[in-house]
Order: sequence, then structure tokens, then C-alpha cells
Amino acid sequence: MSDTTAGEVLTTKDGQPLKVALAKALRREKLRSLALIAPLLIFVLLTFVAPIVDMLFRSVENSIVEETLPRTVVALREWDADSGQVPDEAVYAALYADLAVAVEEKTHTRLGSRLNYEEGGMSSLFRKTGRRIKRMDEAGPFKEQFLEADRKWGELATWNVLRQFSPRFTDGYFLSAFDAQRTADGIEMKPDNERIYMLLFGRTLFLSIVITVSCLVLGYPIAFLLASLPLRSSNLLMILVLLPFWTSLLVRTSAWKVLLQQQGVINDFLVWIGLISDANRLVMINNQTGTIIAMTHILLPFMILPLYSVMKTISPTYVRAAKSLGANDWTAFWRVYFPQSVPGIGAGAVLVFILSIGYYITPELVGGTSGIFISNRIAYHISSSLNWGLAAALGTLLLVAVMVLFTVYDKIVGIDNVKLG
Amino acid sequence: MANTRGAAVKYDGVQKSYDGEALVVKNLNLDIPPGEFLTMLGPSGSGKTTCLMMLAGFEPATHGEIFLNDRPINNVPPHKRGIGMVFQNYALFPHMTVAENLAFPLQVRGVGKADQQQKVQRALEMVELGAFGNRRPAQLSGGQQQRVAVARALVFDPELVLMDEPLGALDKQLREQMQYEIKHIHENLGVTVVYVTHDQTEALTMSDRVAVFNDGVIQQLSTPDDLYEDPQNSFVAQFIGENNKLNGKVIGVQGDGCLVELDDGTQLKADRVNVSAIGDRTTLSLRPERVEFDTNTSMDNLVNGRIEELIYLGDHIRVRMNVAGNDEFIVKVRNRGEKRKLNVGETVQVGWAQNDCKALDAVA
Amino acid sequence: MKLKTVILAGTALAYAGGAAVAEDMTLVSWGGAYQASQKAAYADPYVADHPDINVIWDESSNEAVAKLRAMNEAGNVTWDLVDVVASDAIRLCDEGLALEIDPATDLADAPDGTSAADDFGDLLVSECFIPQIVYSTTFGYRSDIDDWGGKEPDDICDVFDLETFPGKRSLEKRPINNMEWALLCDGVPKDEVYSVLETDEGLERAFKKLDTIKDNVVWWSAGAETPQLLADKEVVIGSTYNGRLFSLIEEQKQPVKMLWDAQVFDLDGWIIPAGLPEDRLARVKDFVKFATDTQRLADQAKYISYGPARKSSAPLVGKHADLGIDMAPHMPTDPENAKNTFLYNYEWWADYRDDIDAKFQAWLSQ
Repeated sequence: MSDTTAGEVLTTKDGQPLKVALAKALRREKLRSLALIAPLLIFVLLTFVAPIVDMLFRSVENSIVEETLPRTVVALREWDADSGQVPDEAVYAALYADLAVAVEEKTHTRLGSRLNYEEGGMSSLFRKTGRRIKRMDEAGPFKEQFLEADRKWGELATWNVLRQFSPRFTDGYFLSAFDAQRTADGIEMKPDNERIYMLLFGRTLFLSIVITVSCLVLGYPIAFLLASLPLRSSNLLMILVLLPFWTSLLVRTSAWKVLLQQQGVINDFLVWIGLISDANRLVMINNQTGTIIAMTHILLPFMILPLYSVMKTISPTYVRAAKSLGANDWTAFWRVYFPQSVPGIGAGAVLVFILSIGYYITPELVGGTSGIFISNRIAYHISSSLNWGLAAALGTLLLVAVMVLFTVYDKIVGIDNVKLG
Repeated sequence: MANTRGAAVKYDGVQKSYDGEALVVKNLNLDIPPGEFLTMLGPSGSGKTTCLMMLAGFEPATHGEIFLNDRPINNVPPHKRGIGMVFQNYALFPHMTVAENLAFPLQVRGVGKADQQQKVQRALEMVELGAFGNRRPAQLSGGQQQRVAVARALVFDPELVLMDEPLGALDKQLREQMQYEIKHIHENLGVTVVYVTHDQTEALTMSDRVAVFNDGVIQQLSTPDDLYEDPQNSFVAQFIGENNKLNGKVIGVQGDGCLVELDDGTQLKADRVNVSAIGDRTTLSLRPERVEFDTNTSMDNLVNGRIEELIYLGDHIRVRMNVAGNDEFIVKVRNRGEKRKLNVGETVQVGWAQNDCKALDAVA
Repeated sequence: MKLKTVILAGTALAYAGGAAVAEDMTLVSWGGAYQASQKAAYADPYVADHPDINVIWDESSNEAVAKLRAMNEAGNVTWDLVDVVASDAIRLCDEGLALEIDPATDLADAPDGTSAADDFGDLLVSECFIPQIVYSTTFGYRSDIDDWGGKEPDDICDVFDLETFPGKRSLEKRPINNMEWALLCDGVPKDEVYSVLETDEGLERAFKKLDTIKDNVVWWSAGAETPQLLADKEVVIGSTYNGRLFSLIEEQKQPVKMLWDAQVFDLDGWIIPAGLPEDRLARVKDFVKFATDTQRLADQAKYISYGPARKSSAPLVGKHADLGIDMAPHMPTDPENAKNTFLYNYEWWADYRDDIDAKFQAWLSQ
């Protein structure tokens, strides 16, 4: 309205305000285009957004304690944890009432495994107590009966854990993910021999960067060659570049084992030509070197393809122009060609980095102990320990770390300076 | 030239082959004096661009030597030749601003910062883009980009500037305007310019001399007017301007002239350019604007023809006639108002002078 | 009369219709030779008797716990019977993802009338678990190592003896078993291992012992790795499942021998997912009863060198189906092999696994 003169409202012939008419006309268009992308939108919502929201939720969700032991949770609020005394009979009575129901519904063991993540021994405590609960005297007193069932019910640590994890939401998973824990003195780092996740995060980021850089160093000349060779030979080279895609991941990884292991092809060759002695065979697998080599190989095409497609669009006349203006080969490349290939580097680097940060099969197979990633631990917690809360917290941290890195990247390179071709 | 500070270029027996089977450039000998604006004109594939690229240093000569100011440059890499070049699509560096583009050749030559700025500004003003230094090439129009490209090729004061179809991407009006601007810049600076184009108008407008290329050979090297008035062979006659072709056989030779009998028996007088003896097949070349309807008996050649088609073009009328069995015979009549009326289907007499009609090598 | 005919015909039609549409039953297992042995010993004979059942195999056992939980949360359990190791069965049972079974009604008694509960005995480690086989995690070593001067390891602690038996070892990338072996070789009596391991000092002791060979260890996470590493001479001693070593030695004829000392018994068996509809549950219970009877378990040993979980099956173990060799001496439960054994302490590890695993991973990455 600002660009019409004061008080004057443009209208259509039948007196409708022009803006309303325009909006109406455009709405149809919008709805139609919305309908077109609706399948994709629904797909993305269901397969991408929903799981991420679910993951974020799981990383703090803790309603199981309150749902399984509602009376105990309420009764425990009265208990003074600093008193040095275990709770009184009322709490035990509430616990009996809750557990009687829980055993009936067979949910007590589930709670046991949940609390076992926080304190070793809770799993068997609940399983054992669950078996005893039917034989307990309904009339009480309960404290003695519980202590008889398992002396852990008389320990402060047990009750502290129960109390600490009674709220519906917990920061416990995130603390664990940061290698921290909540103690009587507040939040502090776990002892040295239990810290693992921060180390793995750091290593994952570091190795991903190393892998990205080595992909770039190896991939750039190949992409350059691809873009400048005549079509016939560049097609052949392209097939070679794509070859790794056609073999299964496991086969490729196993091939690297055959090549890199101490009794492997490369070591045999080096010993044979006398470069190293038989006793000093190189360790190139089951460590970081193995992870870097195998993952660089696997991810190389993801670097080469965007680089190639960007380089293909850089006309050779730019380099000619630079040379005609007096630049030698290196200056022409560095000042004129290279800056124009940066969008390809950006796309390739982001692609490789993001793919490598989430990889876990290859590190698991060739990484030994020093070459595994945070994803390996996430996978372990998803499929083995079933500690999905911790896995979700680790996943969330990884997501945040990637987003932070992305923002930094955006600030330095500029996200609009990324293109796939 | 007012102030010649251009370089002399010499091609000496230069040959070029890409595949070792066919020659793209066949034994090229060409002398370009300092300060000249020389255009290499020819259809695509005629070898003109290859000649330019050899001079720039992007293509090695297969045989022969190229000299720049009497210095052989076959083994000098392109960046040491000090030749400015304007490319077909300008090749402005998209990641640099206009000013950075212009400063680039100065930077690589180690020119001081202050000097750079001054030269860049001067070059920008020369092409009337003084205020555009901070723009990116993509933010400029085609004509502006073209000017930047010219400025960049000149900013480091080269003695020789090469231009490879620099106006090909512009529309007609802009192209004509740029032709004049480039010509003026050349006149003011006095550098040697080697210009490649397939557009004959461009070549005729701008050049001191034009080298017409075909099939890897220079067909004719002369000033624009000579090229038009005195084509040395049928190819040049066909390629430059509009041209009527009449095929026949030499039946008499007399000094510089000859008598030619056309295939339908008509006999015409023509200047003898590259026919030598009686009995030679020849193609007569005749410019459409040299044919007159107002005939008189003193004219060397008088022929009857039937008017097939009239096209009104404002400043002139284009008449297509059937003359001596050739129904593509074109006559351009100046529109003078008092002109007598021409009608399609009418048979009229047309005439022309002997020296407007050239007997050239025979073409089919 | 007429009415009766119509009813009869209708019933016949319904029956024919039912028989024509085979009912699917999805069994989840580990793939490979193990799954093949299950198919040959249980599934094929069962289907021969029940042509209306169509057995579908799914090789997802190594991720069964997570998948079952996901299926359960989504409210759509597509599996009918899942083969898991005992520790996973306990976890699934605790989580309420597996169905509790009653050995008296759900399992077949032994041919001599011994009840199923007695026949399986201690191996019924969880209310949800139906054991099939006893396997063991034990060591294999190369018998052609010149550096060893003709000696061969015959004691678990030889694994930690780098002087007599130099060379690389392969161990599983998890604390279970490794911690026990380390303490055992650090002088802890077998019956005190877990009470020692429960303390911080005990843990420290175990890690110290493992530290002595840490630089010479290749850590594996898939059972096939050790046989490959042994075959490639990458390691000279390595732990893995005894069945894998059996095929390395007897089928691939590699110069490798078994070190049975301090082998750790573990169990593998079925669980029925919780929340199956009545009809599927009835079908799968019928199958399980058949598949875990005395003869079926004994039959399985013809195809793979794992011991049947029923006491009553042991005398029925015969020869290998292809190799024709006696299988009994290759069973981990054979008295000759089982002089010094461990049984995986499920209850204890269920409590401490998460905790010790975190410490173990931290120790590994130091």
C-alpha cells in the first residue's frame, strides 16, 4: 500500500481491492504447486523430520520411572537424600504397591534395564525383587522384606539413583554423552578411565577432516584431468572413478584388508623389494591409517563428481586469458582456475565430510581401536545395549556439531558458494 | 598512423596441422607493420583463428616461424609474449570485480599498487566505464563486458592486441557502435591490432588491411576498398559483398580486357583478372549496384533480361532478373523517386561498364 | 440328508481353501552355516509334515534386539520366532519384548519321560528363552609357527605369554570373556572372578593384564574375522566361536588347532516375540515344540559342531552329514574338551555390561 498515494486503494473493476484479488488469484497457483510437492513433503516429514524430532525427544525422555513407580516417586519427594539415612517405611510400602502392579504387567524388568544404564546392578535388583514380590507379606512391614530380598534396597546409592531419575525429563543422557555425571557435588566429569565420547567426537571430526582433505588432494587432479581430457578418454576415466560404486562396500573393505594387512600384498611387496625387513612390517590396517585409507577410497567419487561437474563448466579460455595477460601456468591456475573451482570443492568437501562423519561400517571393520568413530558407539547403543536415550543424545550432539561446523563453513566459504554443477 | 608504438608481426612460412594428416594453415607468409589494424577474415574452418592462436602462443606452429618485432617467438610461452587479447566470450574472470580483472595483468607484472589503480582507472575511463570498477562482470550488460575485455587487453600497454571475434555475441546495433569505439581506441593508441572475424562488414569498417582466408591460405591481402573493387579471385568476390556470377568461356583477349562468351551465347567484355588465354573457362563477377537500367549505346555491355521479382528496401530497390540464363541476377536500383516504373515480367535492357565486370577463375 | 451333504461339501471347500493358501512363518536367524543347519534339522522336516506352512528366513539375528524393539514400538511385529544368544534373550525378556514360555506345556519332554525343564536344566536362563545349542568362545592357534620352537599352547594363560608364544592375537572387541580370562591368568581363582571384577581394583587388575598383550592384539567384531586372520597368518592365536574354528580346521584344512582350555560356554536359542496374534502364536508354538525336541537338537549337530542344549540329545549325536566324521569329539561339551570351562554369567553381565563396556572402550582407545 505504501507505493499508492495516501488513502487511495486500487480496486478491480467490480470494486474488489486489487491486493485481495491478486492474493486470491495467486492462492490457486500456490495450492496447486503445493499439491505437486506434497508427496515429497510428506515423505520428508515422515522419513526425516519425524525421526529427528523423535531422537531429540528420546534424548531427554524419562517417563518410565514415574509410570512404573508412581507412588514411590511421590513418596520419595519427602525423603531427604542428604540425611545419610535410607527412606522410611512409607516409601518401601509405596514401592511394594508399585512393584506389585509392575510385576503383574511385567514392566519392572524394563525399568531395571533403564536404571542399569545409570547404576550397574539395577537390572538384577529389579529382576530378583520382582520374583520375590509375590511371596512378600502384604501386611508389611516392607523395609525388612525388601532388604531381605536384596541388600541393595538398604543402600543409599540405589535410592539416590531412583530419586535422581524420577522426573519425566532427564539431562542424564546428555551428561553421559559429555562424559559427565551428576554427583552429590553437582555435575562433574567422569573419571579418566570412563571418558570415551568426547574423545570419539574429537576423533570423528578430526578423521573426517583428514579424510575430506585427502579426498580433495587425490580427487582434484583426477577431476581436472576428467574435465580437460577429450570425451573418449574422459569417459573411460570416469568409469574407473565410478568403479568403486559398483562393488559392495564389504567386498571393497575386505580387499583393503588383503592389501594392507601385515601379511598383505603391500607389505609382502615392500619386504620383497627390501624396503622394509620382514620383522618390521608396516601396520596399515586396524588403526587410523586403515580407516583413512579405506574411507578416502570409498568417498573419493563423492569428491570427484561435484568437482568434475563444476570444472566442466569452467571454460579453458579463462586460463588462456590469464596467460595472455601475463600469468604463468601456476598463477593462471591459482588465481583464475582454482577460485572458479571452489564451489565444487565446497560441495565435494561438505558431501565427503558429512558422509564420513556418519560412517561406521568401514571404521568398524578396518579401524581397530584407534580408528573407530562416534557412530560406532551410537550403533552399539542402538543395536546392542539398547540404550536408545544415550544413542539419541549422542546423535543429537553429532547433529549439533555438524550444524555448528556448517555455520562456520558458511561464514568462511559461503554456502551459496557451493554447487554441484 | 599518428603515433605508432605498435609491434611488427611476421609470419614466415607457417604451417599448422592438428592431426598430422591435413594442413589447417598452408604456408602462411604475412607481414604486419607496426600500428596496423589487420583483420583476418574468412569462413569458419578457414584457418584464421588458428593463425591468431599461434601468434598468441596457445597453439604451436607445426612448421615455420613467427616473429614479433623481428624476434622469433615460437619458443616463447604465451605469458611472456606481452600480447593483449580479447576473447570471443570476453573471458572476464567471474570471481573478480571489473577493477580486479583489469588489475590482474598489472599484478602479475609486479606493478606497484598506486600505479595499478591509476592505470586501471584510466583504462576504465577510456572505455567509459569509470564508475563500474566494483561491479562483477555478471552485473554488466554484454556491451559493457565487451568494453571491459578491451580495457583489460590494453591496460598493460601491450604493443600488439589480438581480438578473436570479440563482437560475435552482441546484437547488431551494439556491434556497430563497438566497431567504431574499437577503431577509435586503435587510432588513439596506435597499437598493432590483429582482428579475427567472419563478418565482412566488420572487416571492411575497421581494418587498414584485410586478409581473406580460405582453406588455410590467404586468398587476398589488401585494403577494404581494393578488396571490394578488385577481388583477385572468385572466392573473394563471392565472400566480400554481393555479387552476380556469370559463367562463360574466354573467346578473345585484348590488353587488360577480354571477350567472354556466356553459355547461352551472349558475349560480354570484362577486365581480365585471372584468366590468361582464349578458351579458359571463367566466371564473371559483377556488383549489383553497378548495373544500370538507363542504358545508352556507349556502354560496354548491353543485355536483355526479364524482371522476375521486385523487393522494395527503402533506400534502394532490389530487382531479381533472368539474364543470360541466370535467374539469380540481382540489380540494385537507387531509390531516386523520378525513376521509371519497373514491372515484373517485363523484359528490359540493362548495361554496365567493362571495368565493373571482372573475369575471374571459373567456379561451378 | 441333502442338508448334510451341503454342509460337508462346504467344510471340505473351506478346508481345501485353507490348505491352498500356505501360512507364512518368519524365522529370524544368523544366516550362513548355522541357519542352514537349522533349516536342515528343524524346518525342512516340519514343513514336510505341515505343507500349509511356508517358512521365511530372515538373517537379522545380529540386530534382532533393536529391530524387535522398533517393531514393538511401531505395533507391528512381523517376526514369528527369533534366534538370539542368551544374553539378548534376557534383555528382550526384561524389556517385555519376548514372550515368557512354560517349559511344561510349550516344550516337548525327553523320550524317556524326563520333563523338558529337567532336560534343559540350568540352560533355561530366562523365562523367555528356549535353548537350542551350547557353543563356546574359545581359541584356535596356528600349529606351524617356527618361533615357538615346537611348543604348542595348552593353557589359557599361554595367550598372555608373549615370550613363549610370540605373535599377534585376536580378541573380541568387548569386555565379556576377555576380562574373565585376564583375571584368571592374573591368579584369580575361577569362582572368585566375578566378585573380583565387580570391584574397581579388580577391573584395574584385568586391564593391567590385558595391557601386557594390548599392542599385539587385533580386535574383532564379527565371528568370521578370527578364522580369516588365522588363515592369513595375521594372528597366531585367536578367539572365536568353536563352530567357526571347526570349519576352518576340518573343512578348510588349515594348520590350526583348538585350545579348549577355559572355553566360555554360551547359549543360543529361540525367543517368541511378545504381542503375536493368537493364530500365529499357536502355529509358532507348535513349531517350537517340534524344533526343540530331543531328536531335532541331536540332528542339528550333524551339520554344525555345536552341542545340543538337551541332555537327552547328547547320546544321539552322530556323524557330520558331509564329512562323515564323528561329531562328538568336536562338541564343546565333549568331556575331553570340557575339562576347564566357564559358563557365561548372564545375570552378572546384564548388570555390569553397560558400565564395564564403557570402561573397556575407554581403555581400548587409550
